[in-house]
Amino acid sequence: MRLERRAHVPLHLVILAPLAAVFTALLLAAGLIAAAGVNPLTAYGEMLTGALGSRLSITEMLTRATPLIFTGLAAAVAFRARLWNIGGEGQFFVGALVTAWIGHSLGVPGWIGIPLLMLAGMAAGAALLAGPAFLRLRFGVDEVVTTLLLNFIVILFVGLMIEGPMRDPLAFGWPSSVPVDGDFRLPDLVPRTRLHIGLLFAIAAAGAVWLVLARTVFGAETRAAGLNASAAAFAGISLPKTIMGVALLSGALAGLAGSVEVMGVTAGVTTTMSPGFGYAGIVVAMLAALHPAGVVAAAVFVATVFVGADAMSRATGVPSFIADVIVALCLLTMIVALLFTTYRVRR
Amino acid sequence: MSDAIDLLMNTSLWAAVLRIATPLIFGVLGALLCERSGVLNLGIEGIMTMGAMSGWLAVYMGAPLLVGLMVAAICGALMGLIHAGLTVPLGLSQHVSGLGITLFASALAYYLYRLIVVVGETPPAIEAFQPLDLPILSDLPIVGPILFSQSVPTYLALLSVAVMAYVLARTPLGLAIRMTGENPHAVEAQGLNPIRIRIGAVVAGSALMAVGGAFLTTAAFNSFFPGMVQGRGWICIALVVFASWRPGKALIGALLFAFFDAYQLRLQTAIEGVPYQLFLMAPYVLSIVALILVARRAEVPAALMAPYRRGER
Repeated sequence: MRLERRAHVPLHLVILAPLAAVFTALLLAAGLIAAAGVNPLTAYGEMLTGALGSRLSITEMLTRATPLIFTGLAAAVAFRARLWNIGGEGQFFVGALVTAWIGHSLGVPGWIGIPLLMLAGMAAGAALLAGPAFLRLRFGVDEVVTTLLLNFIVILFVGLMIEGPMRDPLAFGWPSSVPVDGDFRLPDLVPRTRLHIGLLFAIAAAGAVWLVLARTVFGAETRAAGLNASAAAFAGISLPKTIMGVALLSGALAGLAGSVEVMGVTAGVTTTMSPGFGYAGIVVAMLAALHPAGVVAAAVFVATVFVGADAMSRATGVPSFIADVIVALCLLTMIVALLFTTYRVRR
Repeated sequence: MSDAIDLLMNTSLWAAVLRIATPLIFGVLGALLCERSGVLNLGIEGIMTMGAMSGWLAVYMGAPLLVGLMVAAICGALMGLIHAGLTVPLGLSQHVSGLGITLFASALAYYLYRLIVVVGETPPAIEAFQPLDLPILSDLPIVGPILFSQSVPTYLALLSVAVMAYVLARTPLGLAIRMTGENPHAVEAQGLNPIRIRIGAVVAGSALMAVGGAFLTTAAFNSFFPGMVQGRGWICIALVVFASWRPGKALIGALLFAFFDAYQLRLQTAIEGVPYQLFLMAPYVLSIVALILVARRAEVPAALMAPYRRGER
């Protein structure tokens, strides 16, 4: 038995792969739910109603999906070029921090301020990933380790800032940064819910990234760099330039996630404002097979699991960590499913 | 400032260095073994979490402490087997699979912990490994508290360094593992099976990582809580590069890192007016600096991260 590369990947396999992966992951997780003494079908039913059962739960789920679309795009862009940006979490936080810092006292009207703050968050995220990208290009330092370690450094830095220079004197309990000015809060998309117009920005970002990747020279160069770096270099593509460009784009997207989350949901920055958006973005990107359109769908799926699991946990007593298990299993089953879309088994 | 120097004269600092280094020594040896055979194992952070939880849970449910370490090793080996299965015969991306294992193993550990253990106000605790109290030796001035009053797993870690160094450098098995990491085709030509060697190395390496995690819950602390591995796995991945894939240098790297960690903890109280987060950042920053310093002359195993498929070049 051996694997043979397919000359052409049929469309039905492209669509079937993530469905099969999700189904397998849910099947495996069912065993763990049964171990908790709960009927898996009941549990999954509770999850579905918890995430999609009412107007309020759907808006909560979409609120959760918004940052995941951004971080998913960030991972997808980077992974396409084989730039292993695992630092989405850190880039999310610097984007959030810079937005709150500038947005607290920026004296301009909202319609100028909001785009400015988004740009500031993007610049912060891009700058944070530019460091590891530079270290890889200049000294050959593996970016996986540097981006991962930077996540820990950034979280500590956020703690330092919100307990010190950026502390909100009005916040009770847990330390929080000063909030962004009311003028820069993103308008609600659905009245009297937490869902804000950031969701539209996220979908627009997915469209823009798709255009850049599919229709520009830069997009073609990233794909070439990811598929075969030496062949790309031989064809005259400047790898350092391409990798740095990808790093700036990827970091900017993750920074934008933090910026939009601050302006749309939290107003101030806390060290607990992200339940691992950066890391979950990696799963979102892989479930989407690194395709920008798929990222939106995958983010909605992952958000459904997370929001649904909270409700299911309250109803049945199954620990809500089951959501993290399901999402991680999806990543593992998806990479196997992707293998069978690009290869076929020959006896 | 003289306080900062006084701290260096304190034997408790140097005793802490060995204690803090212990999980790192296990972790870095495990990562080194995987990488020497040609497989990057980014599952380490999750495998250490799984080891910390399963080892603790076994003791909590009544097993002796050493059995707890064995349970951790077995659970780590199982996680390693998944990573090996995905990356070696199937040849999937070692980066993505490893991250997947980290997410899966830590999520599973937290899930099972919440499922099995009733957590009240404070997490339940076990009777952890105690420092040895040897006649005469432990009472020696200076070396007594530093070298002869550690807990059993610390000595196991030091022993593992010697065993790993010997096996890799001086035995046919070690030669086969190193060759698989350099040139699996040559291994195949020798009539050995590079796929089996890689799977074996990843499984054994993952078991070691898990024991490192179990040290945290059965010796350093006596309870388990989410997020307790705190990036130690990623530090180990950096230490392997720092050590240029050699067990002896890995020990030195782990001790150096542990020294900085122990020292910054004590400096936090000695130097006032500096935010404590800056001290906590220092070990992570130093790891990155160390990577930059050694990256140029790193002797990476030639076939690291290159999947091996029979008959494909």
